[in-house]
Amino acid sequence: MSDDTELQRTPLDGLHRELGARMVPFAGYAMPVQYPVGILAEHQHTRSAAGLFDVSHMGQVRLTARGGRPRQDAARALERLVPAAMEDLESGRMRYSQFTNAEGGILDDLMVTAMGDHLSLVVNAGCKAADIAHLRAHLSESCEIEVLASRALLALQGPQAVAVFARYVPEVSQLAFMQAATWTFEGERLQISRSGYTGEDGLEISVPGHAAEALARRLLAEPEVMAIGLGARDSLRLEAGLCLHGHDIDATTTPVEAGLTWSIQKSRRQGGDYPGAQIITRQIAAGPSRRRVGIRPEGRAPVREGATVRLPGGDAIGTITSGGFGATVGGPVAMGYVAAEHAHDGQALELDLRGKAVAARVVALPFVAHRYHRG
Amino acid sequence: MSDRLYTKDHEWVDVDGDIATVGISDHAQEQLGDVVFVELPAVGRALAQNEDAAVVESVKAASEVYAPLTGEVVEVNEMLTEDPAQVNADPYGAGWFMRLRIDDPSELDELMDEEGYKEFLADLE
Repeated sequence: MSDDTELQRTPLDGLHRELGARMVPFAGYAMPVQYPVGILAEHQHTRSAAGLFDVSHMGQVRLTARGGRPRQDAARALERLVPAAMEDLESGRMRYSQFTNAEGGILDDLMVTAMGDHLSLVVNAGCKAADIAHLRAHLSESCEIEVLASRALLALQGPQAVAVFARYVPEVSQLAFMQAATWTFEGERLQISRSGYTGEDGLEISVPGHAAEALARRLLAEPEVMAIGLGARDSLRLEAGLCLHGHDIDATTTPVEAGLTWSIQKSRRQGGDYPGAQIITRQIAAGPSRRRVGIRPEGRAPVREGATVRLPGGDAIGTITSGGFGATVGGPVAMGYVAAEHAHDGQALELDLRGKAVAARVVALPFVAHRYHRG
Repeated sequence: MSDRLYTKDHEWVDVDGDIATVGISDHAQEQLGDVVFVELPAVGRALAQNEDAAVVESVKAASEVYAPLTGEVVEVNEMLTEDPAQVNADPYGAGWFMRLRIDDPSELDELMDEEGYKEFLADLE
């Protein structure tokens, strides 16, 4: 724990330590895994009120095409790297997509927001260096690729999140899920989207790094808001059935196998010029050989990533990719890949746990219903 | 100062005659975070010192609990199955794991007393 001198620090590092966070290395950053109240309480508070997450370790990148239509041409250029349609994305709207490789595998997943004359991208911390190199290798001829390293990113999530933030910027309550806008607050430009990674209503707020701590302190002073660490972020997203790159999705899993075909607009399901398009298009038409599913182990023991998934008393048909304790569900929850013929709700399974078999079944995702504000 | 003894793996032992009550230390529960599941050994099982005896699962990860002493499991804290959070709330009381009938009292000499454990923890910092 004292060995974190090599780690990068977010603009909220001092605040986390002041709040008594347990700091851990994550993707090259010192990050709070939990605060003194603990992961379960943080998780439940986010579902019942509002949680503030520091996600400044994530990469923020601005993409602007050189030429007459800087945003639309950047969107068209980005379509060469991701399966989702981008060119029709209106300013103030956002989409989820993936950078794919030639095999249709997922190099990273990302959020893309169209904003005025540019696109803004948010990518995973662990992948951002590779993502930026990937963007530069493929798009630098047509686009300016600006890494917004000095900006922080806060997520305010939970049923009270928008009401709390509307005390500062009343207009945020007019955003619907997956919409974004910019506002100036106390002289600083904030880009705010109604989105998140918990399954709850909420906002993600891009703020200049030098202004992040003051904003975080204001929000934490609101009675509804509690600081939330990476531990609860993980259990919240797992209950929401959302993928974590490097675990549920990676360079060996395609968006179709991962159940992310919804993120590929119909106009792009017949093909495209992004890497792996042929494989992904074929999987959309014919079905993949394996699928990501929700898995509910019986009993109370969490079954973790890497556990083998079997038919009861029989053959291995897959692997757990995320598993833990769902504080809202009140029991263990998991996701993993199983052979497609067994990927239906109610399918009985057995999971290997410390040399014993734990009974489980395939269940529909999410484990906890999304409560997005769809406007 | 209590008479509890401790291992370097952060188990505690409270000896009464030839019966040792075993749990995990306050430091251990704090490091683990919220405990959500405890897997206890079968009553009657013979454990060797340092053998895997139980598993404690926090929200974050699974950790082994080792037998601090050689002996037979004579009782386990069934309440932890229903309410594993007792390990966090009361690690030296309601959060106990198991009772062993000690085979070899000389093994107790290998354990730390409370003062020794505090120094051990201070060295870990």
